[in-house]
Amino acid sequence: MTIRTLTFREAINEAIRMEMRRDPTVILIGEDVAGGASLPHLEATGGSEWGGALGVTVGLAKEFGRKRVLDTPISESAIMGAAVGAAITGLRPIAELMFVDFFGVCMDQIYNQGGKFRYMFGGKVQVPVVIRATIGAGLRAGAQHSGCHYSIFTHMPGLKTVVPSTPYDGKGLLISSIRDPDPILFFEHKLLYGMSGEVPEGDYTIPLGVADIKRKGKDVTVVAIGRMVHFALEAAEKLSKDGIDLEVIDLRTLSPLDHKTVLESVKKTHRLVVIDEDNPRCSVACDIIALVSTRAFDELDAPPRMVTAPHTPVPFSPPLEDYYIPSVEKIVSTVKSLFG
Amino acid sequence: MEAGQHIKVNLREVDMTEISKDKLLWLYERMRLIRTFEDRVADLFGQAKLPGFVHLYAGEEAIAVGVMAHLSDRDRITSTHRGHGHCIAKGVDVKGMMAELYAKATGLCKGRGSSMHIADISKGMLGANGIVGAGGPIACGSGLTAKVLGTDEVTVCFFGDGAAEQGTIHESMNLAAIWKLPVVFVCENNLYAVSTPSSYHCAAGEICARAAAYDIPGLAIDGTDVFAVYEASGEAIARARRGEGPSLIEARAFRYYGHFVGDPQTYKTKEEMEGYKAQDPIATFRKRVKEHHLISEAEMAKIDDWAKEEVEKAVRFAEESPYPAPEECLKDVYVSYPREEVEL
Repeated sequence: MTIRTLTFREAINEAIRMEMRRDPTVILIGEDVAGGASLPHLEATGGSEWGGALGVTVGLAKEFGRKRVLDTPISESAIMGAAVGAAITGLRPIAELMFVDFFGVCMDQIYNQGGKFRYMFGGKVQVPVVIRATIGAGLRAGAQHSGCHYSIFTHMPGLKTVVPSTPYDGKGLLISSIRDPDPILFFEHKLLYGMSGEVPEGDYTIPLGVADIKRKGKDVTVVAIGRMVHFALEAAEKLSKDGIDLEVIDLRTLSPLDHKTVLESVKKTHRLVVIDEDNPRCSVACDIIALVSTRAFDELDAPPRMVTAPHTPVPFSPPLEDYYIPSVEKIVSTVKSLFG
Repeated sequence: MEAGQHIKVNLREVDMTEISKDKLLWLYERMRLIRTFEDRVADLFGQAKLPGFVHLYAGEEAIAVGVMAHLSDRDRITSTHRGHGHCIAKGVDVKGMMAELYAKATGLCKGRGSSMHIADISKGMLGANGIVGAGGPIACGSGLTAKVLGTDEVTVCFFGDGAAEQGTIHESMNLAAIWKLPVVFVCENNLYAVSTPSSYHCAAGEICARAAAYDIPGLAIDGTDVFAVYEASGEAIARARRGEGPSLIEARAFRYYGHFVGDPQTYKTKEEMEGYKAQDPIATFRKRVKEHHLISEAEMAKIDDWAKEEVEKAVRFAEESPYPAPEECLKDVYVSYPREEVEL
């Protein structure tokens, strides 16, 4: 397979494109996913190149037509519910929730409907839907366009949650998600879209529920999610100069969770730090610490620690937002504190 | 019916002689089966044989049956809290339904659903729903499937007058209209959202008037008259099947048992409750087919006996069925998932 360099944005686009080519039941619906619906000058040229608020789905309407790439009104409940309804009747919809913060207006369709149908209906239905949502602070977008919130969805049985950190993982995990028979929330960090990385040209999948050790190390297990994986790797470079060797685990999927990789690493390093950009209470970070504390307490040589956002909404002003986002410095000092 | 047209009529003068004898018998059979089932469920609930809550459809039979007369198993519906009638009219097995109400392992949802979550995808029944107004978006998705795959399947979204005030119903009717989805919205206006009258909760006084806002046909009909429902929904369903988009039908009827079995209905007057009897959908049907000599008394008596027998068979089946094993709790959350995580 030829390997090229793609941005995270391009890798996501390629995954959708390849799956739409492979399977005619895959459709894409959401606000402005094509852009400019019904405008005659765009119809004449075969569609818009707008491709979503952050340009991720550019060119898909041109290739697949507006029958499969559907712009919607700003009706998040209808979008999510239509995706669920289409999924139980024979399509494999990819629905876009432009910013995850909008879940408040459509959670019923995601959780009570999509997330519970299989269980409530005695296992007689499958809900193969992927809900793509952008996450993350750092764009000075304010409290209603900057959250992560994947912990909320991970809490809910019936949903699977995926948070890729690299273009390679993004493509492979999205292809797996589209082919998966269960409802999936697929979170894309806005600040990763421009990141470049090696991505094979062809078809490949990364299984859900398998974490990736992004850096092998022997002294501390650092479990990280999404953009925080890169912060953890940067911290690992700095700490290596102090003779502290971090093992960085990228969870990649939060539900299902790869317990095994985390526990095996802690059994080797005997120390744990979790890095999570989401709010701390009832979070994935807490979950990982609970997992290790209940399953591998005797292995720990120091109390497990976490570096997360504070328990506040995401602020707007740059000094405030920069304070909010877990920093490499905080990770470095937290790791060092384990050796105090 | 044309888009933008808003009709408010009583279709009591529909020519029922144009309906085949088989179809007439089917209309009666389904309405009778629903009534017999619901009366028996009320009785069983009173005997504390059924856990949870039940919201009964008695009094509204003409709506589900009149609509479903135009649908095949390939067509689909979304339903409401009050879903038993939709299930029975759509041909869902009453034994499986009764066993589900009994919370038994042989229930349609293996005892994991309950009255409010009965579904049978093989019959195009996409689920009763515990969330008021939630069926609208699901119905749009089902309609979208038909449109994308190029089939002529129609989806009917049943919702109540209470649900009409949910944003999801507005979003769905608008989406179905702009995408010309093959979806028919049937509002069952039984005059109350729990105890709150529609005269209070509906600013415009009538729900069908909203069709004008979506530039789709809107129609208000007497939902106690199965012929009116048959006529109106037949046209709306045919329109959807031709690819001409959605319609809205507001069918008015009465719910005999109140919001749920056990509802003291203190918000209704005695006169109002008595008034229902004059418009009972089954009595009305019997009277009218007899007037026109379409079905004999003996034929209907035979159906009455059949319905009783079907329901009693269902009760016996449910009573003799086992409860699910407790560990069944852990199954079917996902198609594939590590079991240890579900158990944590």
